[in-house]
Amino acid sequence: MTTEQPNLNYIKELSGGDIEFEEKMISILRKELPEEILVYKKAIKNEDFKESAEIVHKIKHKISILGLEKSYEFAVSHEKELLEEQKEGNDKFIELLTRMSNFLDKL
Amino acid sequence: MNCLIIDDESAARAIVNQLCKNEGSLNVLEQFSNAIGAIKYLNQNEVDLIFLDIHMPDFTGFDLIQTLKNPPRVILTTSDSKLAIDAFEYDCIVDYLVKPINLPRFKKAVDKARKFTVENNQETKETAESKEEAQQLYINIDRRLIKIEIPSINLVEAKGDYILIKTKEKNYTVHSTLKKIEEKLPNDLFLKVHRSYVINLKRIIDIEDNSVLIGKDVIPVSRSNRPELMKRLNLL
Repeated sequence: MTTEQPNLNYIKELSGGDIEFEEKMISILRKELPEEILVYKKAIKNEDFKESAEIVHKIKHKISILGLEKSYEFAVSHEKELLEEQKEGNDKFIELLTRMSNFLDKL
Repeated sequence: MNCLIIDDESAARAIVNQLCKNEGSLNVLEQFSNAIGAIKYLNQNEVDLIFLDIHMPDFTGFDLIQTLKNPPRVILTTSDSKLAIDAFEYDCIVDYLVKPINLPRFKKAVDKARKFTVENNQETKETAESKEEAQQLYINIDRRLIKIEIPSINLVEAKGDYILIKTKEKNYTVHSTLKKIEEKLPNDLFLKVHRSYVINLKRIIDIEDNSVLIGKDVIPVSRSNRPELMKRLNLL
């Protein structure tokens, strides 16, 4: 099974050729995602489930912006399990965040 | 339509702003990353529509709606599809958009908001018109129907087969009965204080023993009507 890859389809669909908007969106993602990854990792390390669920909620939107539909569904379930003080999906979520970061770095 | 965007995520604000641009008929007045700043703005400015995120730290979108006395139309933007049920509790919410939002769905929501605004304006206009009509009374004098503004009536006095209507500006003698005009006057404003007098409670200057002073007229108050009159006054 191939792993779902991040893409700019949604951003391009919204931009309708508006380069300024595309650049703005990429710049926001590049700036905020690394910060949010740090917050997530710290919250998981401290077993602060409320904080970690909240940051997953924020990151969730970025997952959908990068066209990762299946991963979005996974993030929804991960947020839910964190609220129940479980973190089984943590490794998979970290892998997803790394995939997103690598994609943004290469743009 | 003039609108506001309220969302703690800058990516979400940028997307809604772009959708507004693409839609064509929306003018984004301001964007806010938290509810507090938005409330201050809404208290000083007129806005037709708010794109509002529910999930914000400290003060949620629902908290914001509850804070506003007359909230404008609201389209919720959220990642939580399960909160849609709560949205039905608020009359001002016209639609619920789950992120990521696409343009066709966005346009549909804006159309709904526009329809709501038009219907609301129509309703307000009709209510104002019917209120205005209820404030007027037409009397027949020499085959002419003359309009009187009801709040301008000081008192009505029975005079045999006629009644004398005294207003702030003028007096009118009309062939009618006190009972008939009493039915046409609003109960909260007028009271029969004597078998020959109906008075406008707002025009009372003072009350002494069994009489009231209205303008320059001293009107008798019958013993049986006095308790009701006293009940209707805002006594200290």
